[in-house]
Amino acid sequence: MAKTMYEKIWDAHFVHQEPGQAPLLYIDRHLMHEVTSPQAFEGLKMAERRIRNPHSILATLDHCVPTKLSDRINLPDPIGAKQVQTMMDNCAEHGLTLYDMQSRNNGVIHVVVPEHGFVHPGMTTVCGDSHTATHGAFGALAFGIGTSEVEHVMATQCLPQSKSKTMLVKVDGKLSKYSTAKDIALAIIGKIGTAGGTGYVIEYAGEAIEALSMEGRMTLCNMAIESGARAGLVAPDEKTYAFLEGKEFAPKGDGWDQALAYWKSLPSDDGAKYDAVIELDAAEIAPQVTWGTSPEQVIPVNKSVPAPADFDDDGKSLACKSALDYMGLDAGTPMTDVEIDFVFLGSCTNSRIEDFRAAAEVAKGTTVPDRVTAIAVPGSYLVKEQAEQEGLDKVFVEAGWEWREPGCSMCLAMNGDQLKPGERCASTSNRNFEGRQGKGGRTHLVSPAMAAAAAAAGKFVDIRELEQE
Amino acid sequence: MDKYTKHTSVAALMNRSNVDTDQIIAKQFLKKVERTGFGIHLFHDWRFLEDGVTPNPDFELNKPEFAGAKILVTGDNFGCGSSREHAPWAIDDYGFNTIISTSFADIFYNNCFKNGILPIVVDADTLKALMDEISANEGVEYTVDLESQSVTTPGGISVSFDIDGFRKNNLLNGLDDIGLTLEHTDKIADYEEGHKKNFPWLWAS
Repeated sequence: MAKTMYEKIWDAHFVHQEPGQAPLLYIDRHLMHEVTSPQAFEGLKMAERRIRNPHSILATLDHCVPTKLSDRINLPDPIGAKQVQTMMDNCAEHGLTLYDMQSRNNGVIHVVVPEHGFVHPGMTTVCGDSHTATHGAFGALAFGIGTSEVEHVMATQCLPQSKSKTMLVKVDGKLSKYSTAKDIALAIIGKIGTAGGTGYVIEYAGEAIEALSMEGRMTLCNMAIESGARAGLVAPDEKTYAFLEGKEFAPKGDGWDQALAYWKSLPSDDGAKYDAVIELDAAEIAPQVTWGTSPEQVIPVNKSVPAPADFDDDGKSLACKSALDYMGLDAGTPMTDVEIDFVFLGSCTNSRIEDFRAAAEVAKGTTVPDRVTAIAVPGSYLVKEQAEQEGLDKVFVEAGWEWREPGCSMCLAMNGDQLKPGERCASTSNRNFEGRQGKGGRTHLVSPAMAAAAAAAGKFVDIRELEQE
Repeated sequence: MDKYTKHTSVAALMNRSNVDTDQIIAKQFLKKVERTGFGIHLFHDWRFLEDGVTPNPDFELNKPEFAGAKILVTGDNFGCGSSREHAPWAIDDYGFNTIISTSFADIFYNNCFKNGILPIVVDADTLKALMDEISANEGVEYTVDLESQSVTTPGGISVSFDIDGFRKNNLLNGLDDIGLTLEHTDKIADYEEGHKKNFPWLWAS
């Protein structure tokens, strides 16, 4: 029978099902950071259990870490410092690989893991972090879990799982040069809603997905969770193999050939059945910007802020009203009239080298207005080094941006980088929830190029018109 | 974990959709390395005024009628966003052990069961009927019986809900599911032997 890629990966990792219990799925890779793991280590210790396979784990410090160099030696926040120290102690005690703040490999977990080739096609991968879906870009079944499940995987290398439904999101046609993987991700969420993918694993396919770089596919899969999906997947291809080859944790020698043969067997079979199919035309995807407090509240940048009456559904109409109140926006305002105070270029969604190149191209020769703060936060030290070798840091600094150290930073604003109440931010991150970037802060999600254009103008700009001027 | 069986308790109403885990437990409270003590921070930005300590009189859960509620009735897609298990820890620590909604985000739903919280999915009409009953009679008590998979109300609403049998059993008995998986250690070891043969490159050091 023709199988989807999800079904192939599921079948290859099925361990056992006891009658009356959930199927046990084997987990190949376990990624960790300091925020969602300490209670799991504590639980393991209390129950006197050991870690079944320490080699399956790769850990980093990213959520709490300051992005100002001077704060990275002595963390200004004592509670955050304790969390960081606890992670270092736990990793040392159990012999786990940790990219700590002094490591050249340090950075955001979902950026550093691909940089070192730790996740391969066909692997099951988990992390106590909802953006684990990122690694679906490699054709790995990767999903976020809670802390109890982190403990479960440490102790057993397995998780009781129920099988998800499958959704094919097919994006054919060619993306305009102004639109990016981020715009595809936002357009999909705008179409199906933040709960549209609940219960599903999404497979992204079609001409426009095949055309994306690995970085773009990571951006796309990263936001699968924002549509409610358990995971997002893209079939591995020559780009995937080229990206992985030679990386530290990639297979070597005969292992590479064996792995490659397996990886090539993973894409969904012709005729495989999906529980749902959604289609989009890439040519119609304009640069997107969110106007509300949920990623589904998104429009093309050349449109105006909607009114509650524009929604047939009562719940969505109510949500629109409350979002407009929180965001301080009037219905009918053109998005390109909306002024911003802050720009955040970073996060596990958009902090890879390609993102900095795209933003720098727009930022070059511009000046950030005095009233606007713009920060560029690379996803890792390797991204930072690469960007500096290419002179991108100078482009940003000359335009009036701050060039920071890597970390999650203002994606979730745990590390001290945050908005003040009422401040409005053009952000390349993934969530525009109330208070996400600081209590009272107003977040608009955009692509890196759109963020750089907003930084230069102090308001949202339709980048398609920028070039014609 | 405490056993979840049957109880009668105040049902509190929070008529909001897409309540995300950032709202349930804000980022500034995620730095603790313990599982306890999150209840005082539940819904912090909504629950307290600017000073962060004075209860916001406009926030629904601050109504005296909802004091001591164990049941939370709320809108679509509850618990979306971040995977943080601090969200169910905060809900549990605050005192809720049951959440009724039309839908839950996937990771949050899983996390509830690990913490003795029962998330109950009902259809939109049922949710509206429950919400209407609470609005008309704040402080009303509902009875939830996990064994019979039912919710009954004084207004005569009777809801039967679905739940996966494995999860039900774990809740009813307060079981540690890591312990259950470890009972299959031999099966896991067998699987790993096969895994080493099928995917040797993954095990090469």
